Amino acid sequence: MNASHPGPCSGSCPGGEGTPGRREFLAAAVAGMAGALAGCGKLSMEEFLQRNFRELAKDEIQKILLRLEKEYRAKFGKPVRVGIEEPMQGVVFGYALDLSRCIGCRRCVHACVRENNQSRDPQIQWIRVMEMEKELGVDVQHANHYYDPAVVPREGHFYMPVQCHQCRRAPCVKVCPVGATWQEPDGITVVDYNWCIGCRYCMAACPYGARHFNWGEPQLPAAELNTETHYLGNRPRPQGVVEKCTFCIQRTRKGLYPACAEICPTGSRKFGNLMDPKSEIRYVLENKRVFLFKEDLNTKPKFYYFYGV
Amino acid sequence: MPLRTPAIACAPRRGRRLAFLLGALLFLPARAQHGVKEKAEHPAPQAPEIQVPAPPFSEGVFPCSSCHDGKTMKPDPKRRELGMHTEIELKHGPESRWCLDCHDLADRDSLRLASGERIPFTSSYMLCGQCHGDKFRDWRVGIHGKRTGRWNGEKQYLLCVHCHNPHGPRFKPLKPMPPPVPPEKIRPSKGGRP
Repeated sequence: MNASHPGPCSGSCPGGEGTPGRREFLAAAVAGMAGALAGCGKLSMEEFLQRNFRELAKDEIQKILLRLEKEYRAKFGKPVRVGIEEPMQGVVFGYALDLSRCIGCRRCVHACVRENNQSRDPQIQWIRVMEMEKELGVDVQHANHYYDPAVVPREGHFYMPVQCHQCRRAPCVKVCPVGATWQEPDGITVVDYNWCIGCRYCMAACPYGARHFNWGEPQLPAAELNTETHYLGNRPRPQGVVEKCTFCIQRTRKGLYPACAEICPTGSRKFGNLMDPKSEIRYVLENKRVFLFKEDLNTKPKFYYFYGV
Repeated sequence: MPLRTPAIACAPRRGRRLAFLLGALLFLPARAQHGVKEKAEHPAPQAPEIQVPAPPFSEGVFPCSSCHDGKTMKPDPKRRELGMHTEIELKHGPESRWCLDCHDLADRDSLRLASGERIPFTSSYMLCGQCHGDKFRDWRVGIHGKRTGRWNGEKQYLLCVHCHNPHGPRFKPLKPMPPPVPPEKIRPSKGGRP
């Protein structure tokens, strides 16, 4: 643009008459970009430009892990390890829950919250325990999620905990418009919190109510933080992303039982490798009365319910 | 609660022989001191031994032989109302069940199977398994009861009596942990967002 030939609206443009020139366009573009970045909250430039986890090279992942650990250390005031333990060869995880033994004490719910760094306020809980009447059987419409008697089990009732069923044909994965959630080779459906755009399509698609959205900035007291984390699992999440049960990926990929299975006082929760014929989970599937929740939806879950008696 | 590794757990292959030899060296004298008599009179039961944590005795009651030593208190096999142990209310099985069905008359620090075999309290699961065979079978494969440890390796077992009081085995009700916040009680926090 020639300085001697002022545009229709050069310099301070009082009236904005005529068509906007290149300078105005660039100014508007910069302002728009700044606005977009501002709308992303405290997002750093590296984070803003980060690609999908599955497309990252190893050295890129290492840089990201270091960045996250630094951020968490600054936020919580203590060192946090963010791991990326990979799936084991020949392992597909399965879970079975004994409906005849669960007493609805919710020890699993709170162990899960502690292990997986779920937000205390706004409250997020990956496991929901339903109280139902024995006479009605599994009748979700009449289930009570908020029971709080002095002691459990209540006479005439049974309890059914529900969490992510790690479906083989996962509707949540199918509907995600950006590929931020997928099923790992060991059968765990995970979320890349840095790629999730918070559209909540997956929540609408999940028939088990297993996905949860961070409506507010997650409140997690530093003293209660579990510092042993996994990138695709229990690392602290930002506001505006969806999260879900990962079978305690940070534990199970190291060979440990999930936290909910370890805490259960009645031993109702069984976990193991579906590919191992000698595993506990295979024994359950081969010898007990097993059923799938909402089997008619053909989601093919790897979470089973059984009657141990 | 201290948990020990089960004997059936997978030790690394290397060193397994060494561990066995060391175990044998440590184990044999202990048996010689404590259990030789038992072995001579009561052959060890055939079921494989499973390592478990110590049974949850009430404080100060074990060893039972500190009172039931066979001298100051003569063993009395007669079925009767006891003057001692009145805190125990037996609610297990038929009315005819009584103490010496499970506790050994001559050696109160042991239990006895229906066959007359004497077993230590740490093997009490064998006693339970006599009547509850289906539960015993499931317990041994890790289906009945709680397991901790590794899904692909060493697991820690609990005895039946850690969860079921043998004198009143019905699982005791528990106070549930707090319910989730119901939707109507979620209030917007600072910034207008819930």
